[in-house]
Amino acid sequence: MEQLIQQVASGLANGAIYACVALALVMIFVSTSHINFAQGEMAMFSTYLSWQLIQWGVGYWPAFVIAVLVSFVGGVLIERTILRPLHTAPILSVVVVFIGLLAVFNSVAGTIWSYLIKEYPSPFPKEALDLAGLIGAHQVGVVIVTLVVLSALYVFFRYTPLGLAMRAAAQNPVSARLAGVRVDSMLALGWGLAAAVGAVAGMMVAHIVYLEPNMMGGILLYAFAGALLGGITNPGGAVLGGFMVGVLENLVAFFGNVIEKQTGVYIIGNGEKLTVALIIVICVLTLKPSGLFGRVVVTRV
Amino acid sequence: MTTASPADTAAHESVATPVSTSVTSGASDRWAWGLVAVGIIIPLLGYVVPDIVSDYRLFLMSTMMIYAIAVLGLNLLTGFNGQISLGHGAFYGVGAYTAAILMDKVGMPYWTLLPIVAVVCFVIGFLFGLPALRLEGIYLALATFALALAVPQMLKYRWLEDLTGGVQGIVLLKPEPPFGLPLSEDQWLYYYCLIVMVILYWAAANLLRGRSGRAMMAIRDHSMAASTMGIDVARYKTITFGISAAYTGVAGALSASAIAFVAPDSFGFFLSISLLIGLVVGGVASLAGSVIGGIFTVLVQNSSQSLSNFVKSDLGLPFDLSPYSVYGILLIVLMYVMPTGIAGGVAIAWRRLRR
Amino acid sequence: MARITRRTLIGSASAAAMAPALARAQKKYDPGASDTEIKLGHTNPYSGPLSAYGAIGQAIKAFWNKVNAEGGVNGRKINFISYDDGYSTPKTVEMVRKLVEQDEVLAIFQLLGTPTNTAVHKYMNAKKVPQLFVATGASKWGDPKHFPWTMGWQPDYATEAGIYAKHILAEVKDPKIAVLWQNDDSGKDYFAGFLKGLGKENEKLVIASVSYEVTDPTVDSQIIQLKNSGANVFFNEAAPKQAAQAIRKVAELGWKPEIYLANVSASVTSVLKPAGFENSQGVITAAYLKDPTDKQWANAPDFLEWKKWMEKYNPGANLADAFNVYGYAVSSTMLEVLKRCGDNLTRANIMKQAASLRDLEIPLLLPGIKINTSPTDFYPIQAVRLQRFKGETWELFGDVLSNESE
Repeated sequence: MEQLIQQVASGLANGAIYACVALALVMIFVSTSHINFAQGEMAMFSTYLSWQLIQWGVGYWPAFVIAVLVSFVGGVLIERTILRPLHTAPILSVVVVFIGLLAVFNSVAGTIWSYLIKEYPSPFPKEALDLAGLIGAHQVGVVIVTLVVLSALYVFFRYTPLGLAMRAAAQNPVSARLAGVRVDSMLALGWGLAAAVGAVAGMMVAHIVYLEPNMMGGILLYAFAGALLGGITNPGGAVLGGFMVGVLENLVAFFGNVIEKQTGVYIIGNGEKLTVALIIVICVLTLKPSGLFGRVVVTRV
Repeated sequence: MTTASPADTAAHESVATPVSTSVTSGASDRWAWGLVAVGIIIPLLGYVVPDIVSDYRLFLMSTMMIYAIAVLGLNLLTGFNGQISLGHGAFYGVGAYTAAILMDKVGMPYWTLLPIVAVVCFVIGFLFGLPALRLEGIYLALATFALALAVPQMLKYRWLEDLTGGVQGIVLLKPEPPFGLPLSEDQWLYYYCLIVMVILYWAAANLLRGRSGRAMMAIRDHSMAASTMGIDVARYKTITFGISAAYTGVAGALSASAIAFVAPDSFGFFLSISLLIGLVVGGVASLAGSVIGGIFTVLVQNSSQSLSNFVKSDLGLPFDLSPYSVYGILLIVLMYVMPTGIAGGVAIAWRRLRR
Repeated sequence: MARITRRTLIGSASAAAMAPALARAQKKYDPGASDTEIKLGHTNPYSGPLSAYGAIGQAIKAFWNKVNAEGGVNGRKINFISYDDGYSTPKTVEMVRKLVEQDEVLAIFQLLGTPTNTAVHKYMNAKKVPQLFVATGASKWGDPKHFPWTMGWQPDYATEAGIYAKHILAEVKDPKIAVLWQNDDSGKDYFAGFLKGLGKENEKLVIASVSYEVTDPTVDSQIIQLKNSGANVFFNEAAPKQAAQAIRKVAELGWKPEIYLANVSASVTSVLKPAGFENSQGVITAAYLKDPTDKQWANAPDFLEWKKWMEKYNPGANLADAFNVYGYAVSSTMLEVLKRCGDNLTRANIMKQAASLRDLEIPLLLPGIKINTSPTDFYPIQAVRLQRFKGETWELFGDVLSNESE
């Protein structure tokens, strides 16, 4: 029983990471309908920027804020310079551009900072947040930060004119344009926000998985699965989806373990836990194609 | 008529932009046969200019043809039927392992394998196509992504280890030329790949030119409209999935013969991604584009390395541009210049020239 | 292949009259060697998820630059050709064939990775081109009977794991062992060697063994499983990142086992420091190379020499990266072999010289560790020393442990 609780807690802790990255994926998806495969590497790059600032003697929180702002600007610039000209290109071509971006960010970070793993500090006080060894202080902090970012986004989209304009531009670009919304700027803004949210995610993740150019490689898939499971159009759903994927994966390994102990037959182990978790996610998606909390869109023909 | 569908209908509609409406025309047929003739002659040039047509270069060209077949398979699914796959490396791996196991454990000769591999991969692809019917766009992308990750894991799975050799993989023999033909191993491998590629290319061209091909493309362009016209969308989609998997699986089997070794981690996500890149760079929904894509997949890594060296040593730039970033930049620039791939770009340029 | 030899022979025969012919006749070359240069081929992942290993290729290149700047080997410059294989087997086959058939290298040196080396194992031996000092610790590389053209270099994983097993049996009272391993060939090798070291009757002492995948973001879930098995010994056979995560998680869970750490992850800066020095006290590992981040070597002559080389020839590289030590040491071995070949630069002679190293001392190996090979022993380094982590550095203890007989 103790192990089950520990596994769920550790799943939630991992889930917090996935949720954070899933949120960044959602930001780009709602504004441009793209899944940005370079999101993880962009977040990694932002994290290195903040790490470099900390090395230069800047405090954690100033470095954090600067990295988020720089990432926002960087996101806007990438949209303006690289993606804008591809506006009319087929979606697969855009996917290839994302892969190109991924390769560039990954190898440039490797060239500048090397591939050795680095420690990344945690801003959260160790004593205050520690839950009896169940879940680390930092993990609790990540959950809190994720929820803060989520609420901020919610408020932004729900109650500010800019947020409303962004939603309008994403849902119906033509009508939005007629109503005077500058749709192009909204897309760039979406990219900026995604890069900023990604930067937060990266800085939260790096303490747990250590900072290195490939740190987001595995995480992006979990975030992708989490975002789709929760509903890619719904930030709250994506966050919940991220947590669910984290817990689900640990539970698969745990029950595989229990089965092996009880019956002595090996069926599922750690090697298969990701596969099984993904199969479950996909099964859910075939039953609820727009995710658990996603909006069902009605297409008129 | 209204229906519920995933939120990204707008996105998936533009998955594939056909390069041209007709798959092949009379003129391009003549071109194709001309190219085949050139392909047959190339190894023979080895007797005249052995330094230029070396065994190594023939091997390289065989690898290109193998990738071309794999990309062709992906193209049938994604380009002509509009179903995205980020996981075709999985079918490639299944094909390679099916061939390897049949050769190594059952002792079957390599040339009897391809039909069996095709059937095995067809069945797996068909079965995977069933749940895929309910998934579109990014959801299908996730499902196939998962498949790409799952296959290497499954190859290492404890109960299959006796069959697959687990993480150690299986070491194979290279195909020997038949009937005592006076060919080197590499020359024979080249012809073997060429024969398979020509047959599969021809079959694909015929398939697409016919009724079924038009149905496949109608589903891609507007599945709802296609179904109102009486096309059995589900049947076509799953069968296309099967055929596509069979093509890619055959390519995998050829690669197992060419490399003479299979190991689970050769069939990871990166393979799937490079097939996808080959597809897009070559030309979505273009058969000739698939061949270009296969060539690109092999060439690009070599060239990005020499480009990287060029930037560093010859241009004397102070920073270190690694081959991987050269590769990334190359992809971005290519998509910038030719958003519809090389085949599409060439077609557009040709049309402009003729005007 | 034969073409060049013939041309060289004809050239030397016609150019040389009687007198110098005797001296020249002793020069023997295979493709890739000449009066002015020796071509060595190499592939390495410079791109993709394992590009961290690219540092080894850079270091080796920098090493030969130094050798060349200082006059080369017996007057010949080393032409070191290194290609990117992305750690993919098909790519490796392609690149190695390019090196052998198109670039016509004399030997392939330091090809990295078990699957990649396996993919060209047969080819190299069929072509009779040396596949020297491969960068992998699998035990299959020392098989001169079937593969006389292939040789390893570093202590194999199985030997290393066996040494831990013996140490556990000797030192830990009532051991109950938990193992964490990476689900690939190195992990399997380690685990198998560990069980062999324990011996049949003690295999049941391993009460829990779990694997992880390189794609797993964390190994927390695995460590929880291991802790709950009630083990008091933890064999941490993970790659650097996961090894650091594991040590930290063990401490977080309040679990206090004896920790044995695989040599691949014994770096002070990139494993133990990120894991937390306070969590790493008492960790035991086996080593054969000097850790560049370990202060105790800061004034060792070979270390200072290495540092000077790093600054001059490999300036962009990270001084904390053990791969730079590895690249330097393995290239030093190759340099010695090439020196001993003299003017007889045939592939057969290279293998012959590589297989007759007696008590060779190479810079940056730990004190007491020497290189030994023979026509039946294709495992150059088979000795390691155990060390325990204390404060912020490793402390060597015990004798040199070797396995030369096997």
